[in-house]
Amino acid sequence: MTVSYEDAVVDKPTVEEPGERGSRRDRLTALAQQHGALVALVVIAAIASLSFDSFATGGNIENMAVSSAFLAVVALGMTFVIITGGIDLSVGSVFVLGGVLAAWGSRYGTVVALLLPLAVCGLIGLINGLLIARSRLAPFIVTLAAMLAARGIMLSITDEGAQTYLVDKKSFFADLGQGKLLGIGVPVWITAVLFITGAVVLRRSRFGQHVYAVGGNEDAAALMGAPVARTKTLVYTLSGLLAGFAGALNAAWLASGVTILGFGMELDAIAAVVIGGTLLSGGLGFVSGSLVGVLLLKVIQNVINQIGSLDSAYQQVVSGAFLVVVVIAQTWLGRRRQVL
Amino acid sequence: MTDLALGKSLPADRAQLMRWLQDYGVYAGVTALLLFNVVFTENFVSGENFRTQAVQVAPVLIVALGMALAIGSEGVDLSVGSVMALATSLVSLYLGYGPWLALIAAIIGGMVCGLLSGSLIAYIGVQPIVATLALMVGCRGLANVFLPQLETVRDDTMATLGTGDILGIPYLALIAAALAALVAFTVKRTTFGRQLLAIGDSRPAAQLAGLPVRRVLIMVYVCSGALAAIAGFLATARLQASDPTSLGNLMELSAITAVVVGGTPLSGGRVRIGGTVAGAILIQLLTATLIKHDLPSSATQIAQAVVIVLAVYAARERGKQ
Repeated sequence: MTVSYEDAVVDKPTVEEPGERGSRRDRLTALAQQHGALVALVVIAAIASLSFDSFATGGNIENMAVSSAFLAVVALGMTFVIITGGIDLSVGSVFVLGGVLAAWGSRYGTVVALLLPLAVCGLIGLINGLLIARSRLAPFIVTLAAMLAARGIMLSITDEGAQTYLVDKKSFFADLGQGKLLGIGVPVWITAVLFITGAVVLRRSRFGQHVYAVGGNEDAAALMGAPVARTKTLVYTLSGLLAGFAGALNAAWLASGVTILGFGMELDAIAAVVIGGTLLSGGLGFVSGSLVGVLLLKVIQNVINQIGSLDSAYQQVVSGAFLVVVVIAQTWLGRRRQVL
Repeated sequence: MTDLALGKSLPADRAQLMRWLQDYGVYAGVTALLLFNVVFTENFVSGENFRTQAVQVAPVLIVALGMALAIGSEGVDLSVGSVMALATSLVSLYLGYGPWLALIAAIIGGMVCGLLSGSLIAYIGVQPIVATLALMVGCRGLANVFLPQLETVRDDTMATLGTGDILGIPYLALIAAALAALVAFTVKRTTFGRQLLAIGDSRPAAQLAGLPVRRVLIMVYVCSGALAAIAGFLATARLQASDPTSLGNLMELSAITAVVVGGTPLSGGRVRIGGTVAGAILIQLLTATLIKHDLPSSATQIAQAVVIVLAVYAARERGKQ
C-alpha cells in the first residue's frame, strides 16, 4: 500500500547512476536530488550567521552538533529501513525506552547501561523484522504497534512515567554523553564513527547491496538469490538497536532517563532521511544525505529559536511545510529522471 | 495440534478460522468483554457507566469512520489527531461568533487539511503515509500557533451537546451513530462509495475503467478531515476546554486499530463500517476493563499493540487464499 501507481508501473534503477546517460539535464536533476539538502543547509547557515550574532559562535554550534547526534543515530537506522522500501514508526518510543533502560542499568555499571537497552531494543526491532519479513505484515502497522508496545513497556518500568532514573554524573557512562575529546563532545564522535561505518556497510558490503536490491524490486531481488527476508529482518533489528543506543547516549548526556522527551522523533527521523535524498519508495538513498537532513532540521530549529519573537510552535509548521516541499520536489525529480 | 493426522487437515481449518476471525472476531471480542465485565466488574451494569463509555467512544468512532474510508482507498490518514487539535483551536478562536459558526470554521479547517493531503496523494503521487505525516506535524504546530495553551470553553449550547442526553442516550453517542449510518450509506449505496472501493481494489484498473480517481481520492481525505474536525469539536464540547497540545494525541493509532480490528483490510477495496463501530467499542471496553481492574495505562497500550498485530495477522491469512 506504500507504493503509488507511478512506482508500480515504472521500475526504478536500483542504484543511482548520476549522469550515465550523458544528458546535462539528467545530471542536474540527479545532482539536485542528491545534494539539494546540502545546498539548502549551506545557504540557510550562511544567512543565519550573517543575521544573528549568536548563531556562528562556538557554543551554539557545539550545542547544535551534540543535540543533532541523537537524532542522527536514529536517522541512520531509518535510512536503511527506508532504502528497503519500508518504514519504522517505532523509533521514537524505542529511543525513550532505551534511555530509561540505560539510566536504570547505569547503577550496575557502564556495560549493563549499554547492553540492556541494546538487547531490549534490538529484540523489539527483531520482532518487527520477523513480522514484516516472515509474516509479510505491512511495515507501518507492525511498527505502529511496536511504538505502542515500547511506550507501554517504558511506562510500566517507570511507575507510569512518575519515576525518573538518574545517572551518576561521575560514572564512565555519563562521560559517554557529557565528555569531550579534542574539544568536541563524545556523542558527536560516536555519531561520526557510526555514520562512516554505515556508509561503508551500505556501499561496500554484500548486505548493503542486498538492502538496495530489496528496495529496488523485491521480486527481482528474490529471483537473483538475495536473501530478502533476512535482509529485511536485519534492517529493522538494526533500526531498533540504533534507536535504543541513541536513547542510551541521550540518557548519558542528560544524566537521567527522561520519560517524556523523544516521542514523535520518528517524524523528525523520517523527515531527515527524505530531505537527505533517500526515496521513500526504496532502492535509492545514502547515509550522508540523512546526516545533512538532520543538520538542516536542527539549523532551522535553531534559527526559529533565534528569532525570539516566533513561538516554538512555528517550528512544527515549518518542518511540516518543508517536508511537503521536499517530497513534492523529490517526486517531481524522480519522475523526471525516469522519463529521461 | 497434538497429532499429525489432525495437523494435515489444519491449513484449511486454519484459513477458515482466520477468515471467521476477520469477519466476526470483533463482535465475538466485544461480546466476550461485555460478559466478562458483567460477571467480574463491580458497578459495570449501570446506566451511568454505559453513558460514560458511550461518550468516551464517540470521538474515536467518528475519527475511525474517516479512517475507514482512507484505508478502503488503500491509503491511510495519520493527520487525524492533529486535525482534531486544529479544530479545537479554531473552535476556541471563533466561539465569539456562536457555537455553530465555530463548528463550521472547524469543519472548513479540517476539509482544507484533507484537500491538501488528498491533492498531494492524488496529483503529486506522494505516498499517503508521508503526505499525512507532514500534515500531522504541520497541523499540530498550527493549532499551537492559533492557541498557545489550554483554554476553557464556556458555552451553554456546547455544554449541553457535550454532556446532555435524550432518554438517557448521550447526544455524542447519537451524533456518532448518525454519522456512522451516513458513512455506511455512502459506502454501500452511492457512486462515490463504489468508486472508492474500486480504487482501493486496484487503482490502475479504476483508472483504465475511466473512474475519476483523483477526484475521489481527494474527496476521501476531505471527508476524513471533516470527520476528524467534527470529532475535535465534540471532544471540546465534552471536555469544555480547548487543549491544542494534547487533544487527539495517538488518535490515529486508536482509529487505525478500530478499523483494522473491524475487518477492513489494509490492502483496500473493502470497507466495513459495522466492524469499525464494533472495533471502536472493543478498544474502549478493553481500556475500561483494564482500568477498572486497576491495571495501569501501560498495560492498555501493550494490549492494544497485541490486538492490532493479531487483527492484521488474521487479515493476512485471508489475503493469501
